[in-house]
Amino acid sequence: MTISLKELEHVAELARLSIPENELKAYTCQLDDILKSIEKLKELDTDNVEPTAHILPVRNVMRGDIVREGIGREDALGGAPDVEEGQFKVPKIV
Amino acid sequence: MTEYEAVIGLEVHAELKTNSKIFCFCTTEFGGKPNTHVCPICLGLPGTLPVLNEKVVDLAIKAGLALNCEIAEFSKFDRKNYYYPDLPKNFQISQYDLPIAREGYLNIDVDGRQKRIGITRLHMEEDAGKLVHSGDSITGADYSLVDYNRTGVPLIEIVSEPDMSSPEEARAYLDQLKAILEYTDVSDCKMQEGSLRCDANVSVRPKGSQKLGTKTEVKNMNSFRALQRALEYEIERQIEVLEEGGQVVQETRSWNEARGITETMRSKEDAHDYRYLPEPDLVPLVIDVEWVERIRQTIPELPLERKKRFVEEYGLPEYDAGVVTSSKKLADFFEACVEKFGNPKEVSNWIMGELMRLLNANNMELNDSPVTPGGLIRILELVKEGTISGKIAKQVFEEMFNTGETPDAIIKKKNLIQISDSGELEGIIASVMENNPKSVEDYRSGKKQALKFLVGQVMKETKGKANPQLVNDILLKKLSE
Repeated sequence: MTISLKELEHVAELARLSIPENELKAYTCQLDDILKSIEKLKELDTDNVEPTAHILPVRNVMRGDIVREGIGREDALGGAPDVEEGQFKVPKIV
Repeated sequence: MTEYEAVIGLEVHAELKTNSKIFCFCTTEFGGKPNTHVCPICLGLPGTLPVLNEKVVDLAIKAGLALNCEIAEFSKFDRKNYYYPDLPKNFQISQYDLPIAREGYLNIDVDGRQKRIGITRLHMEEDAGKLVHSGDSITGADYSLVDYNRTGVPLIEIVSEPDMSSPEEARAYLDQLKAILEYTDVSDCKMQEGSLRCDANVSVRPKGSQKLGTKTEVKNMNSFRALQRALEYEIERQIEVLEEGGQVVQETRSWNEARGITETMRSKEDAHDYRYLPEPDLVPLVIDVEWVERIRQTIPELPLERKKRFVEEYGLPEYDAGVVTSSKKLADFFEACVEKFGNPKEVSNWIMGELMRLLNANNMELNDSPVTPGGLIRILELVKEGTISGKIAKQVFEEMFNTGETPDAIIKKKNLIQISDSGELEGIIASVMENNPKSVEDYRSGKKQALKFLVGQVMKETKGKANPQLVNDILLKKLSE
């Protein structure tokens, strides 16, 4: 195992995922397999290869500094589970 | 007792002066009704794609050059992941390992000494939304309300080296940085509107030691004064901890303006793990020499150069030159006046005195006031030709500041023309002498300060309109009769 149970719990915490006790082992194994594949890739000599910043060979895609109307507040808030005073209402943060 | 020195580095966020947001067409205008400047892109709705605003790159390059940075030939954006509802995507598009600019510096003047402060890096990112918490504070809140208008407004973050060793130096750095960003038209730098924000990394160590102490990060300083007070407090606090044999805990602390203290926000244990990854929705930037040179051409004379020139060209004292060049608008105002009227020291006295006093008292920027260089020049001319006294001139200036009327109109309306007619003044002086026989007697028996009182009485009688030199002359003549 290259990933410990503790690391798995940490990653789950960062992703705000709660994993049931009986599934912890399955996830640990799956993540472990992924990490092993990455270890395998590491065997390649990449000393002379530039890190890939993007998979497409496209650079400098930009737009002019122009303003257009947004979608309006009603539409913006349309999908929100809870709204108050024209704002998104979210649960206690800290 | 051990002597300590502080080690301070600043992280400054400045909103860029663009019309539209960094990755979408929404306006960046401040102060709209909540959630009215939003679209599917800045709301982070699935299926949308960000497209970079070219002006953002131009301004970031400009700021980088003005801060003597190396501009990256190759730069990219990254996702910074964190769960906090001020960003709807659960990540902020920022730059991690390939920022647009790095390794620069700026110079500050502190106590007549120049010091170079290194700049580690400058990168582009999107701003977050605004949260309003129910109840008194974030910890006591039952829920929070989110306004995404500010989400996606372009920012640059400028990270300094830990080169500052006192709150005064930190303040001078922020002053200078603000002036440079204003001069170059990169940012409005309005701290009260949040378009310039500052966090500090602070540690202390025994003086002379090369080893850095444990640092804390101080946030939530919303003014220059707050920055200085917060740093003074935090340095004092850390020294006390060490003196009592304790250890400084690495943590983020928040400045509480009302109580004048810094408080623990979060400690290292629950520090964020941002899991940066290259932003797959944006392609990288390649910045060639032509692009950099085109931007370099647009950089104006910067504040410290201008200060130096004002000392050399206009003979202003260092202090005056520093104050007048602290903002580009003030410096432009000064030069416009001097070009027409000459007398640089007199002009700078008016700017540093009356103009800045009124701007500060009304919490205004020069742009918000109706005073023009032409208005001030006219007042100076009216004083010079003896139409109004220096004292009345201040009154006219204030009226002009408040109403925007011309000096001539104000003088006419309020009947403020200086009395320089000796016949008229002689009459007034005679009656003042008659009504104050004791002062006249005092003067004649050698108490020379009685003259001042009598001049004051004449000025009072004429509501300040009498020509003071003339009053002085006539009084002296009459008293010696």
